[in-house]
Amino acid sequence: MNTSGPLESNLCVDVLIVGGGPAGLSAATELARRGHAARVALIEREDVAGGIPRHCAHPGFGLRDLHRFLCGPAYARRLTERALEAGARLFTQTMMTHWCDRHAVEVTSPRGRHRIEARAVVLATGARERSRAARLIAGDRVAGVLTTGQLQDLVHVHGRPVGTRAVIVGAEWVSWSAVLTLRHAGCKPVLMVSRQAQAEAGAAATLLGRLGLRVPVLTRSRVSRIVGRERVSAVEIEALDTGQRRMLPCDTVVLTGSWIPDHELARAAELTMDPESRAPVVDTSQATSRPGIFAIGNLTHPVDTADVAALDGVAVAEHVLAFLDAPERAGCADRVDGADGADAAPYRRVLPGDGLRWISPGWMHGHTRPPRDRFLCAPSRFVRQPLVTVSQGGRTLARRGLLWPVSPGQVLRLPAALLASGRGCAEPLVVSLAEASASSP
Amino acid sequence: MSASGDLFDVAVIGAGLVGCALARELGGFDCRVVLLEARGDVGDGISKANTAILHTGFDAKPGTLEATLVRRGYRLLRDYAASTGIPVERTGAILVAWTEEERDALPALQAKAEQNGYDRCERIDAEELYRREPDLGPGALAGLTVPDESITCTWTTTLALASDAVNRGIELRRGTTVERVEPHTGAAAECTVLHTSRGAVRARYVVNAAGLGSDVVDRLFGHDRFAVTPRRGELIVYDKYARRLVRHILLPVPGRLGKGVLVSPTIYGNVILGPTAEDLDDKGATANSEAGLAFLQEKGRRIMPALLDEEITASYAGLRAGIGQEDYLIRADAEQRYVLVGGIRSTGLTASMAIAEHVRALLQDIGLLLAPKTTLPPPVRMPNLGEAFVRPYQDAARIAADHAYGHVVCFCERVTEGEIRDACASVIPPCDLRGVQRRTRAMNGRCQAFYCGADVQALFEHCRDASSLKDIASREPPATLAPAGRPA
Repeated sequence: MNTSGPLESNLCVDVLIVGGGPAGLSAATELARRGHAARVALIEREDVAGGIPRHCAHPGFGLRDLHRFLCGPAYARRLTERALEAGARLFTQTMMTHWCDRHAVEVTSPRGRHRIEARAVVLATGARERSRAARLIAGDRVAGVLTTGQLQDLVHVHGRPVGTRAVIVGAEWVSWSAVLTLRHAGCKPVLMVSRQAQAEAGAAATLLGRLGLRVPVLTRSRVSRIVGRERVSAVEIEALDTGQRRMLPCDTVVLTGSWIPDHELARAAELTMDPESRAPVVDTSQATSRPGIFAIGNLTHPVDTADVAALDGVAVAEHVLAFLDAPERAGCADRVDGADGADAAPYRRVLPGDGLRWISPGWMHGHTRPPRDRFLCAPSRFVRQPLVTVSQGGRTLARRGLLWPVSPGQVLRLPAALLASGRGCAEPLVVSLAEASASSP
Repeated sequence: MSASGDLFDVAVIGAGLVGCALARELGGFDCRVVLLEARGDVGDGISKANTAILHTGFDAKPGTLEATLVRRGYRLLRDYAASTGIPVERTGAILVAWTEEERDALPALQAKAEQNGYDRCERIDAEELYRREPDLGPGALAGLTVPDESITCTWTTTLALASDAVNRGIELRRGTTVERVEPHTGAAAECTVLHTSRGAVRARYVVNAAGLGSDVVDRLFGHDRFAVTPRRGELIVYDKYARRLVRHILLPVPGRLGKGVLVSPTIYGNVILGPTAEDLDDKGATANSEAGLAFLQEKGRRIMPALLDEEITASYAGLRAGIGQEDYLIRADAEQRYVLVGGIRSTGLTASMAIAEHVRALLQDIGLLLAPKTTLPPPVRMPNLGEAFVRPYQDAARIAADHAYGHVVCFCERVTEGEIRDACASVIPPCDLRGVQRRTRAMNGRCQAFYCGADVQALFEHCRDASSLKDIASREPPATLAPAGRPA
């Protein structure tokens, strides 16, 4: 079995995977299992691989990929062990700093500055929550304002105290994860504040949270100002509908959700980016706009659960191997923007219509199905009785009603079959989301 | 702590840019100097949050002390930066005229620059303007170039000056607030007694470089000649992806409503938009306001619409010490053996070393005898925080010699363990995480500590504990150099 450590020399491989979270580790495992162990390398900039689940000390990980019910840290360890057992080479404390050219990169590790040449590169750099500054929350710049990621790193990895009374901004799934962490650290979550009319996590989860965890959720509201000298002493909360403001004492503010892909390397490669999700646009084989560069996991859909990201990693292996076999035949998203004749076009753009912020993959590539046979998309507003409509050139191709309400902050998973009838025409497929009652013909 | 009541030749109150530059200047002579700072770190007041532009002084009011000192200070600081490793990028500036009134003001501004001894300004038409700044928003009419305006790092500058001062034998006391003053009264007393939060300090001469608090200190000397109005300037820092959009410092044409909002690259590879200008009562008001942030975004959308498509990395608010006059207020009082250095506005970074020379000469005028030291320690070499220059993570030889420079801890800003360790062992170590930020850039990046916050904190505490143990072992006077409490 291999062990992981910093990269010690220049390297020449078939596949370089950048990022050792669930997606990257799963890709490494799958490629190694398919007999490419010696020709695959994964680099991870942190001291240990495993990604975000390392910080999430609560159960619920590994259902879809490992068919287990694990805590985050155990899941992260398991994925790392599987990759090593399969023979993949993992290099930790090894940070890619820039592209030399399309298939060569430069990295820094404690063992030096090295160059890695690779025929294919898989970006699996994940996503993070927007900072307070990016959310433009006014007020004093004081200690005690954290994102969930930072909170969980402090509490679960470094074992530090965080405060006594916390206000949580956002009411998504991750917000409840923050509540669990705060509880664990002995910090009382006093209020959850959501801009939406309905908590983003959905009614069932929110009810469970409200009753089980006893945290009140304030909807249609926002934290308009943070007050304090050295540390937070209060937040000002504005009711969006009335404009009324009031102060709430607290010493900790946790900013949850509002995910943005960690897309620095994708942008440095000048990949085509989705303006809304700020993720690199991929096709159904997870190829980006540059041949030989693939993107997987929450880098491409900020954010779905860790196991969904991991299954992206499993799925990409086959496409990467196909590319290595015949690079000249490989397509790439955005190379043929409907320029070919209608029937010949192997690519069809998939675009978000009304009610959606983004959809991924953004291209259909021939008959290739997306990972798990699902398109992932982000609702832009709360919809009580959602009706999904797929249209092409103004013609409706498919409709599907959903059983549950959806709200912003959720990622919606749509069966690829809904879009399958859109073959044979180069025009983009547009997926939209509306209230069933409002749009029934 | 040193025995209270020690007699110094000069006490300098305030370890901002001006106080540190003056302490370093006096350190070149045989005299005992103490530098008193109320906060826990040097450069932690108005010096830490400005636009960090090295000004040519092209737009100063001709004939003022400020105009003279900015012009001289530009050359002094440029040379000092070269010898100490303070990063400077000569990007040049362009004043952008958006209205006919502004365009018509450009010739007078060019003439003013020439009066100030700066003759390299050039007027350009709209076509040339857009050739030089293709991402500028639509509607600009003309420009005036100022090729020598440069961007630098205000944090490194203050630290370099303060470190050199300490290396030259100046005693720095942080966390020391002056609360009461028994001024020197000519014949009766031999010195001024400064009663501080950490005991009495006796000094034959005193310089007040207390920035926002300079009016308060001045009143402790019995004067009532000015009031500092804190003027808040809010700034938005855009992501490094925005850097490619902005080639020069884009200045507004000064009009009736003050200097207006600029867009500028930063030495760290970001872009700043700001500042606002809002007069306040509270000298601690460095909060960001909703109105200020909204105003800046609206301005930014006009100046460079593409900027608004990029993510915001940080926002901050700096305070300028407005005193309601168009020039620095520097006055020497021979009777009290006291010099006031007030009203040092946004040009203070550029002028700091020239102000120091000027104040040293004033001290000599009112009787301070100074003999140059025969030998001086070499200038300090500062760690490079500039994005345009080689940083440790890029330096193969450095990593080979010391693996800590290859261990990237802050990913967004690419700060290594070695740099954080070095900061904690430097001449003036940080006393908290904000001090680490100013010395290394750690946690200043787009994730704002999402990934590295906990690691940087752990590393800082480890290094701080290690170096304070070392201090005890080497019997350094802890009150002068060890972390000195939290800022008030």
